[in-house]
Amino acid sequence: MKEEIDVNKNKSPRLKTSVGGAGSFIQKYSVIIAWVVVIAAFTIGSGDLFFNFNTLSLITGTRSVVVILALAIMIPLTAGDYDMSSGFTMTLANMITVFLAVEMGWNVWQSAIIAILVGLLVGAVNGIFVVKIGIDPFIVTMGVGTFLAGVTLWISNKTLSGTELAPLQHVSIGKLFNIQYIFFYCFILMLILWYIFEHTSAGKKILFIGHGKEVARLSGIKVGKVRWICLMASSTLSAFAGVMYSGVTGSARSGSCNDFMMPAFAAAFLGSTFIKPGRFNPVGTFIAVYFLETGIRGLSLLGFSTYVQNLFYGAALVLAVALSAIMKKRSLKADKAKKIAALAADDACSQGENVPDKA
Amino acid sequence: MYNYKDMDDEYKRKNATVFLKNVSMTFGHNKALDSVDLAIMPGEIHGLLGQNGCGKSTLIKILSGFNHPDSGSKLYINGNKIKLPLDPDMISKYGLSFVHQDLGLVSSLSVLENLRMEHLFQSGAKINWKKERAEAKAILEKYGIDVNIDDNIETLNQVDKAMISIVRAVESILSRNDGKGLLVLDEPTVFLALDEVNMLFRLVREIAAGGIGVLFVSHDLDEVMTITDIVTVLRDGVNCGEAVTSETSKDGVIEMILGQKLTAFERDSSNYRYAVHPDAIYFKNIKGEVLRGVDFSVNPGEIVGVTGLEGSGFGEIPYVICGENELQDGKMVISHKTVDLGKYDMKQAIEDNIALIPADRPNQGGIQTLRVEENVMMQVHKFYHPLMLQSGKMREKAEELNVQYSVTPNDVRLNFSQLSGGNQQKVILAKWLQEPPVLLILHEPTQGVDVGARQQIYKHIDQIVKRGAAVLCASSDYEQLVQICDRVIIFSRGRIVDTLSGPEITKERIVQLCYNSAAVQQ
Repeated sequence: MKEEIDVNKNKSPRLKTSVGGAGSFIQKYSVIIAWVVVIAAFTIGSGDLFFNFNTLSLITGTRSVVVILALAIMIPLTAGDYDMSSGFTMTLANMITVFLAVEMGWNVWQSAIIAILVGLLVGAVNGIFVVKIGIDPFIVTMGVGTFLAGVTLWISNKTLSGTELAPLQHVSIGKLFNIQYIFFYCFILMLILWYIFEHTSAGKKILFIGHGKEVARLSGIKVGKVRWICLMASSTLSAFAGVMYSGVTGSARSGSCNDFMMPAFAAAFLGSTFIKPGRFNPVGTFIAVYFLETGIRGLSLLGFSTYVQNLFYGAALVLAVALSAIMKKRSLKADKAKKIAALAADDACSQGENVPDKA
Repeated sequence: MYNYKDMDDEYKRKNATVFLKNVSMTFGHNKALDSVDLAIMPGEIHGLLGQNGCGKSTLIKILSGFNHPDSGSKLYINGNKIKLPLDPDMISKYGLSFVHQDLGLVSSLSVLENLRMEHLFQSGAKINWKKERAEAKAILEKYGIDVNIDDNIETLNQVDKAMISIVRAVESILSRNDGKGLLVLDEPTVFLALDEVNMLFRLVREIAAGGIGVLFVSHDLDEVMTITDIVTVLRDGVNCGEAVTSETSKDGVIEMILGQKLTAFERDSSNYRYAVHPDAIYFKNIKGEVLRGVDFSVNPGEIVGVTGLEGSGFGEIPYVICGENELQDGKMVISHKTVDLGKYDMKQAIEDNIALIPADRPNQGGIQTLRVEENVMMQVHKFYHPLMLQSGKMREKAEELNVQYSVTPNDVRLNFSQLSGGNQQKVILAKWLQEPPVLLILHEPTQGVDVGARQQIYKHIDQIVKRGAAVLCASSDYEQLVQICDRVIIFSRGRIVDTLSGPEITKERIVQLCYNSAAVQQ
């Protein structure tokens, strides 16, 4: 009988109002709302020049490689680790694919598979240093990345291109409804990652590790193994981005990495401020990439030249990280206030509950 | 000596070190504090008690300038009316000094730098190290603290750290206000063993004797009864009474805290007789950093306590068994299977149906930044297909568990960090006890948990024992051991010194064994 009283008490929806509400709705969809505003502004600002199929196919085409890269780094970020080597891995994979196919005369698919295997290897090496030796992943992946940049230059310091890449080009920039195939690959990849993070215990394990390594370990999760797999997933996907880039541009260039790293990180961090605020998430990351690309496209149509890209992405990265830090602070503050309020409310109506009946 | 009835408000206002009058604080619809009066006189050690959420911390945060009380609240310090809310920058000027549980020391800096921190910030361009060293030495000598001023804080033991933090706070008071002021000790003893607590108390008494008022906040009633001159009890944000400590009893204070008599959870152990069970779990030659090869066993349906003084090695046992200690070694027989603990890890332990509830709740127990439902459903792969998790079903299950374990507030979407200590511990229990474990290992299971929630936690442990689980409870809370254990094993210097069972288990006996064994071996 005592139990029943407790149950009823517990069912009172005392604090439920604190979850949900207008504030959190705006937060949840903030970037989408901003996106609509940006599109509207550019449409008014530049008219037909911006709001057309050409823009759509540009944004969803070439730059979709950023989506793959951003989704790649999001995986170790969720586990709490930075993979700074991803952009370099992408450039290396790009170079390997093109070099083997054009200069060495290999079959383009074989070249692509070799490139992806190299990506897997990079992740394995990152993992050895991070997990087995216990070095900060930021430092390890920076070092490995720089090493990879050297390897890429060693292979060739020229821009390579050739007709041998045609089959790869066909599968990446062929069009469906006037939109390049690569966009659909990105979309499918996003869905797969979404499913993994939402509906598989593997995804939950990654989340637990990112938010509380100790708790995860004491809950029987092999923290080292999972972090290692995340780093390998990240570099493999980065290599895949490199292969796709070979198809999209039909060429390889050793310095291309810089154009993609910052946008990818900016998108991953911006993506963590909405949809699931406070967490890296595939849907947010996916949308954030296109939001940022829309901004760039609009600005260049308004007459800003190439330097705007660096300005824009640099600023976007810092602002996105700042935004997520501010949100974290605010929610911690709110947490504290709620906790105090809850405790006060708790006490007011839980007298007696605290004293169990003597059997 | 304390004749409170004769002190009217007028007298308190003029003479009290700190006098809070008619202090209220409202959060939304909840009154966290409701017209509370509290006076701390010079030289008095004043205990502040109450359950989690009674308004204790709200009150202290008003004194530290963090909380802004409702209008009408008044504060007098040394006879002067002070404007509320307090300006955090002015607090040390008023002679208020705080020592919190975390002590506020920088562990990678030296004793000297920590002790003279305030002065080092204020000194001009050039620090006179010679003078600072002399001052620091003088302070340590004055209070009889025997540490080297050049040692880093991290190399000190817990009690020296606590004493340095307290002394620093006191010196900050003494350097201002003609030595008049208030020292607030907010649960400073949580991490200390009993003998260390006594050392700390000697220091606190000395400080109070110099005319400083001390506000002492603690969950531990024994400590409060030992050290304080007077206690104030808050309940539901209301000051429900003051009592002179020497004129009241522990039961009396508990009654004030709860507003009714406590019917403590009681296990029926009157006809308990120890006999080895065929399915007993054996531990053989268990070694760790301190443990030097101990043997013991736990029967199904039995709660075995392991205890001792700080550093006696009992605290290692939970982690050695789960493969979480770097020097772990030994053998365990569980479910008739022998395992080598040298090569054991937590994953294997979970596969063998061992559940571990660690003492470090914020870092090892639950994930602060994730929701309650996610914390409680962490072992989810046991119940659902790992590739097809359904968030709806998981939420339902989490809600069910929340009700079963009476977690308040009952909203699984709250972050773990939004719950109080007791409710956090309930969530962790719910997480681990969804499937009855073969062996449940508890380490300080009710640290920072209020009296009421404690009884609920004991009830859940008892239920799991009745279903046949073996329970191992590593605890330095002797009262808890008496209350729930069938046997208590006492450790000293890495070895077992004695085992008490059934009616032999009393607090006095445990204390005696802990201290005597330590003394004998020294």
